[in-house]
Amino acid sequence: MHYHWNWPIFWEISPDGVHTYLQTLLMGTGWTLLTAAFAFIIALTFGSLIGVMRTTPFSFAVRIGDIYVELFRNIPLLVQMFLWYFVLPELVPRNFGNWLKQLPNASFYTAVIALGLYMSARLAEQVRAGVLSLPRGQRQAGLALGLTLPQTYVYVLLPMAYRIIMPPLTSELLNTIKNSAVALTIGLMELTARARAMQEYSFQVFEAFTAATVIYIAINIMVTFAMRIAERRIAVPGYLGFKPQDAGH
Amino acid sequence: MLGIEAMFSHFDFEVIIRSLPYLFYQGMTFTLLLTALATLGGIVLGTLLALMRLSGFALLTVPAAAYVNLMRSVPFVLMIFWFYFLVPYIGQWVTFSSRPMQVGAFASCLVTFTLFEAAFFCEIMRAGIQSISRGQVAAAQALGMTYPTVMGYIVLPQAFRNMVPVLLTQTIVLFQDTSLVYVISVTDFLGAASKVAQRDGRLVEMYLFAAVVYFVISLAASRSVGLLQRRIAIIR
Amino acid sequence: MSAMIEIAGLSKWYGPTQVLKDCSAQVAKGQVVVVCGPSGSGKSTLIKCVNGLETFQLGRISVDGISVGDPKTNLPKLRARIGMVFQHFELFPHLSVMRNLTLPQIKVLHRNASEAEEKGARLLDRVGLAAYAGKFPGQLSGGQQQRVAIARALAMEPIAMLFDEPTSALDPEMIQEVLDVMVALARDGMTMIVVTHEMGFARKVAHRVVFMDQGEIVEDAPTADFFVKPRSGRAQLFLSKILQH
Repeated sequence: MHYHWNWPIFWEISPDGVHTYLQTLLMGTGWTLLTAAFAFIIALTFGSLIGVMRTTPFSFAVRIGDIYVELFRNIPLLVQMFLWYFVLPELVPRNFGNWLKQLPNASFYTAVIALGLYMSARLAEQVRAGVLSLPRGQRQAGLALGLTLPQTYVYVLLPMAYRIIMPPLTSELLNTIKNSAVALTIGLMELTARARAMQEYSFQVFEAFTAATVIYIAINIMVTFAMRIAERRIAVPGYLGFKPQDAGH
Repeated sequence: MLGIEAMFSHFDFEVIIRSLPYLFYQGMTFTLLLTALATLGGIVLGTLLALMRLSGFALLTVPAAAYVNLMRSVPFVLMIFWFYFLVPYIGQWVTFSSRPMQVGAFASCLVTFTLFEAAFFCEIMRAGIQSISRGQVAAAQALGMTYPTVMGYIVLPQAFRNMVPVLLTQTIVLFQDTSLVYVISVTDFLGAASKVAQRDGRLVEMYLFAAVVYFVISLAASRSVGLLQRRIAIIR
Repeated sequence: MSAMIEIAGLSKWYGPTQVLKDCSAQVAKGQVVVVCGPSGSGKSTLIKCVNGLETFQLGRISVDGISVGDPKTNLPKLRARIGMVFQHFELFPHLSVMRNLTLPQIKVLHRNASEAEEKGARLLDRVGLAAYAGKFPGQLSGGQQQRVAIARALAMEPIAMLFDEPTSALDPEMIQEVLDVMVALARDGMTMIVVTHEMGFARKVAHRVVFMDQGEIVEDAPTADFFVKPRSGRAQLFLSKILQH
């Protein structure tokens, strides 16, 4: 093998002249986590809204929800990011478009929105599945007591639905973190981008990617652990939850 | 609405029409071929991994589980980079050559996608195999069948039939994931659209067209899977 | 004396199938009416129409003078005045027993927390479960859950109570504790419509028995008359089947 291993490369200064390679990787990790966090908040907000809409008795709301989900699920994430980053500024009024193109950290905002909306379609499916898995009588009991439909969702249906879907929700959070890597194509200097940059400048391919791999695995373990603790904290005494399957990524 | 007209007044349909042959003969064939072959390879390898995980022998379960968990912990993009650089070295090692093997873009992608998706197919097959009741296995064993026979003739055929919709859905996911080969500048459908976009300065048209094509194909495919699911349910 | 609950000419279709056929009945204040019949006869659907949980196409239902089917009626407000007890209890599993009782009071009746808790505690005592206020539904037996469900409905101070097969999902040894609560309620003068197979309960406190079959009200007679000499052949057949065990 002609490959020359050089593990101390991490402590060498990167081309920016200020940070070591290790530091650049950690900066990238920071961007990864920040992007994923904000994207997940968007995903949870819109996903819950759309998911709830699809479980109401109003066929209009259900249709809109269905269209939303189909739209964001059938276009690859990468293509969606390109649409937000390259196409949107061209389609809006000239001044707004120019402002968008000049925006500092444009790739961050774009990544957050694109990733958030992409994941929101998946979360909408989970929320819908969670609500539909509840016995029909729960909704009826809430209404029979005089709660309005929104009140029934907020106080009766959603609290249980969210608990039921904690496992797939955790899985989607991890997916969000992993999918943030796609944003390197629009210039976001997250972890994978930093690893690639390190590889390009130092030629230490395997050290760079090993470090990134190790960091992702560490993030994975920590998030899974934290979610499991959260699950136990909010568990309802005496209630055995239903665990839907998770597939895809 | 004036806004929409203004948006699309300079829309150049010509560039799309002119590049259709390139997009579909070069780009889409790459995408579809990669999807098909990676799916096949992924299912075969995935089933193997599933059997390893279910075997009960630590020597088999531990490496299989480690592999699956590794693939599922790391972004696909990172894996694409890994294999892009690793495959030539593996080729060298496997062929006892003195230099890293020159591997074509397609081969490298095929290896990457097969190995990555195998982890997901493994979990699907594992769920499918476990959903076959113990009673079936017991009955087969009571008849004197050995483990390979039970697996090959009783369990796997039923597991596959149950899992067909999920496997097909994962294939659609794979189809969309092929767009990620963009990061190593490989010309799949998106790559082709991108090349035309940059050469002719027509980002809006090409990316919108690419989005529409992916959307139509994915939607049609998932609707077909839904139809298939309903027909299977009736037969049951 | 105008009836508390009036059902007139009620008909309902699910698509092409007619599940309720021109049903009419009246329940006066303080009356207990038992609705019985074979499964599929439409009994549950009927009482779910009374509080608007099910819609209907023809006919009229009014509760205390308020029309249930009228689009202008404020349904949540009306439902707050009608209590309903479900076959599968339907307590809210993520809330404690006390919170199950206080949440509707606070959110619908706008009582303050201490008022609601006081009322809740009194009702729990009334159904014999004062010690369970802090427990969660998953920790209670079926009979206990149903008693809490009755307390929850009572916390709203309803003018009438609807029971949809309240003991059908209970193990035999727990049926009596729930029936005892319902008997006490009837003796206190609550207007009740009870869908049930428990004929012992009917004989004890029901003023009238309504027999339904295939969506129609076949018989509507005072309790004693119904059991001694049911007029229709179908009712006779039904009684003979269920009174056997």
